[in-house]
Amino acid sequence: MSSYLFRNGHVIDPVTGVDGQRDLLIVDGVIDCIREHIGASADETFDLDGAVIAPGFCDMHVHFREPGEEHKETLATGALAAAAGGFTAVACMPNTIPPLDTAEAVLSIRQKSDRFPVDIHPIGAITKGREGRELAPIAELHAAGAVAFSDDGTCLQNAKLLRIALDYASVVDAPVIQHAEDAALSEGGAMNEGYMSTVLGLPGIPRIAEDGIVLRDMAVVEYVDGTYHLAHVSTASAVDAVRAAKVKGLRVTCEAAPHHFTLTDEAVRGYDTSTKVKPPLRTRDDVVAVKEAFRDGVIDAIATDHAPHAAFEKEVEYVYAPFGIIGLETAVGLAVTELVEQRYLTLWELVERFSVNPRRILRLPEIRIEEGMQANLTFFHPSREWSVDVRQFRSRSRNSPFHGMTLRGKPLGIVNKDQLVWLAE
Amino acid sequence: MASLTIDHLIGLDGVPREDIALILDTTDTFLEVLDRPVKKVPTLQGKTVVNLFFENSTRTRISFELAERRLSADVVNFSVGTSSVSKGESLLDTARNIEAMKVDMVVMRHSAAGACEFLRRRCTSRFINAGDGAHEHPTQALLDMFTLRREFGTLEGINVCIVGDILHSRVARSNMFGLVTMGANVAVCGPPTLLPRHVDRLGVRVFTDIDEALAWCDAVNVLRIQLERRAGGYFPTLREYHDVYGVTAERLDRLSRRIAILHPGPINRGVEIDSDVADGPQSVILRQVTHGVAVRMAVLYLLGTKTE
Repeated sequence: MSSYLFRNGHVIDPVTGVDGQRDLLIVDGVIDCIREHIGASADETFDLDGAVIAPGFCDMHVHFREPGEEHKETLATGALAAAAGGFTAVACMPNTIPPLDTAEAVLSIRQKSDRFPVDIHPIGAITKGREGRELAPIAELHAAGAVAFSDDGTCLQNAKLLRIALDYASVVDAPVIQHAEDAALSEGGAMNEGYMSTVLGLPGIPRIAEDGIVLRDMAVVEYVDGTYHLAHVSTASAVDAVRAAKVKGLRVTCEAAPHHFTLTDEAVRGYDTSTKVKPPLRTRDDVVAVKEAFRDGVIDAIATDHAPHAAFEKEVEYVYAPFGIIGLETAVGLAVTELVEQRYLTLWELVERFSVNPRRILRLPEIRIEEGMQANLTFFHPSREWSVDVRQFRSRSRNSPFHGMTLRGKPLGIVNKDQLVWLAE
Repeated sequence: MASLTIDHLIGLDGVPREDIALILDTTDTFLEVLDRPVKKVPTLQGKTVVNLFFENSTRTRISFELAERRLSADVVNFSVGTSSVSKGESLLDTARNIEAMKVDMVVMRHSAAGACEFLRRRCTSRFINAGDGAHEHPTQALLDMFTLRREFGTLEGINVCIVGDILHSRVARSNMFGLVTMGANVAVCGPPTLLPRHVDRLGVRVFTDIDEALAWCDAVNVLRIQLERRAGGYFPTLREYHDVYGVTAERLDRLSRRIAILHPGPINRGVEIDSDVADGPQSVILRQVTHGVAVRMAVLYLLGTKTE
């Protein structure tokens, strides 16, 4: 028997429609009682001081590097980082070594992580070896536990393959996730092509590398009536293309990463390689377009694209550094600071973008904050300020451009699978 | 005595006008030294300068080395071939080695933009960028500006056009930053495929017609066309480049006045510039080379003697 009592919480549950001050008692991992005031005592009591109790957050785009590159991150360290960031679930991309293109590989991720307080949902590769040539065994991967399909890291260049993947994945009702990047246009590029790349003398990745693929993909999705999710949207035009597709009623969803609604290519000045990411940090206009798209619902989910790299890999000349930013432990703070504080989203909408929508996109079971339900919860304080210190991160890697930044909105802990992870104050 | 506000010379982007003016004025002094029978001064005696060249460049290295020796510095040349793998690791190791060897100044050339800044942030030595990828080559721009100033008496208000592969050129970037700061009117000219995006936002005019550009300018700085650019598909053939953008005697003869011809070298004769133009009366190309040593002496002197 274990019991936890949370006092003075602010329950926000878009599924059951609750938005108000509550106490909440969890006994053996099950929500035992939710009332405005609970008199009973428990093994441990937490005064939440107005912090939000939300359905568990889900980051639908992470790279945990296991198997193959465990020096960057493992499933275990990734799960620690996720819990520290306030997430009870993640979906991990299949660009491991070897990639997640067999049922055994997918099963192995689930087996290794089944005791973690954070659910790790594997995303299967669309094509064998992520080579963009032949379809991977999508139904088998799905039966083994793959929740979606993507060749993320590389883009499905071949429109015929995209068509086939969308058609075929519809049989198992799983979304195809696209990393939109025209390889010929982006080849050799290190940052967004524009004024800043001109000043810094770095080879550019033009926005049309993303825009062109998204526009093409929308046409394909419309033609085959597939279920498509656009990863890490970063340009104003790509956002517009998704908006237009949604107006047409296509089954298209999309996500944006915190670095794309926080930083511009100005951050590359000084050649800090923790700013090197794909898609690249764009311009002020793009950042505003992404934020506006959160407001009007075009962007469904906040996903971090948590992409760990070891210091020795990142501490090199800018052009030689690998692409990627870690995001799990800064996502809530950045989202509250950039989207809630700046009135693009309400807290309620933030919870939708972090929990309800990504879970719906991945067809994960709905979380309800109701008596008798398994507790799958995220606790975060929406007005607490804190300073990002990469040395405190649970992730095995440190490649964050947000070090030293002061953020508002701090994850406090999670409960999932009868496990409480509480962050020391 | 006047001193620089900058502690390192990584680029001319953001370097204040007074600093550039001070370097150019100091260059005048050192140019006189180069005309003396004994061309050596004891200014940097006891200082150690490392010429750290990760990319081949005989001319720039020799120019720096001459400047350093004429200032009586202890000079170490360190040329590192860059293999295609684990370049970064060696750069970080290099930084640690430089730190351990207590070098006073580092002159650095590298094929990657930002490499000089990378080392500068990890070392306590003073850094002079001798070219980093397509980013900056500040001493080349300073010697170009010095040459222009001697030619025209001022940089203020003169029209300077840089012709060629602006996209990949560190010389172009440093010249644009420096000349705009000093009040010159700057233009670039080249095939649109070799013009960087939003280059106009640097405060420069953009020409794609070489004849219009030549008619506009008082001086033209002709960039070397890297022969491999053609393979990159930026333009179809070298012959076509020469036909459309080559600086030829025929083109210069059509102008109503004489313009000065600069080239940072080495020259591809018959590609970006014709031989008779490069060697002709309007050319200041060899003067640039002489000025290069004096400019580098000025930079080394001003940074090397700057007190903390």
